[in-house]
Amino acid sequence: MRTAEEIRRGLRAGLPIALGYLPVAVTYGLLARQAGLSPFQAAGMSLFVYAGASQFMAVKMLAAGIHGAQIVLAAFILNFRHFLMSASLSQALPTRRPALLAYGITDETFVAGSLALRDAGFTSVSFLAMAVLAYLSWAAGSLAGALFGALIPPGLASAMGVGLYAMFIALLVPSLKTNWRGAAVAGCSALTALGLWLLFPRFPEGWRIILATLGASALGLLLPRDRRQAAA
Amino acid sequence: MIWLVILGMAIATYLPRLLPFLIGQRLRLPEPVCRWLEFFPFAVLGALIIPGILTAPSEPGAPGWVGAATGLFAAGLSLLTRNVTLVVAAAIAFAWLLQRIF
Repeated sequence: MRTAEEIRRGLRAGLPIALGYLPVAVTYGLLARQAGLSPFQAAGMSLFVYAGASQFMAVKMLAAGIHGAQIVLAAFILNFRHFLMSASLSQALPTRRPALLAYGITDETFVAGSLALRDAGFTSVSFLAMAVLAYLSWAAGSLAGALFGALIPPGLASAMGVGLYAMFIALLVPSLKTNWRGAAVAGCSALTALGLWLLFPRFPEGWRIILATLGASALGLLLPRDRRQAAA
Repeated sequence: MIWLVILGMAIATYLPRLLPFLIGQRLRLPEPVCRWLEFFPFAVLGALIIPGILTAPSEPGAPGWVGAATGLFAAGLSLLTRNVTLVVAAAIAFAWLLQRIF
């Protein structure tokens, strides 16, 4: 009974992620086919690597004939930001299945899970349920894109690309009312990322996120604290 | 060759997710470090939304402001509802309409 409720909360948090992943995964599957991967290889990369931006980069590099070792290194650099997210989540979410839970960490499950944890009743079981739903959507979307991606009208695919960003906004806005420190940190981070993007357009995205996160979170430590609520 | 790249990428992207979790669960970190880590989700959100939303609608010829307008629409809708799935679906429809009209 209690477990069912934990799973239900996880699935509810996972649904918008799954919806947001589908069009991105379909686009990835299509690009993977165009880069010369078979549908099995395209879906296999989603199942075993499970790292959106790195997969896009990898299929572009494969198509350009770049050496495999360089592709692996580039994926490591781009995805190193998950080091920060894993460290943060390890403190917030005790679990007996760390290897499984860590595999489920993506940008999206990290932010959605971390914010959901602030409400009572969202547990490591909920996180796993959310992550499984997101994972299945990513894998199924990749396979569908590899098989049928060319059938999707480009205008619709383009519009669906806003889905994940709309989710990030929908996660952030309610906390603006209840957590002014978190909101201030998010604002500082957005400004830092925007500045880096405008000044250094070729600066790698993964490191832009890392720098903005480390810097803006450190600023958060300088903000005054409530007496009632010790943590932000 | 491709499967070898996939294997290499699998290891290279899993280790940064796994190691801090394994180590972090066993450590008792100093209090300021814990507070620093607690801010990460908010900071990550900020850096993901901007500049990402500005470039998200990828259709060639779509006006550049469609992403920004859709972001504002999603923010306004999020003030009215806490249903994240609804906001995602409505924002996709909104971006699609803007692209059709302009």
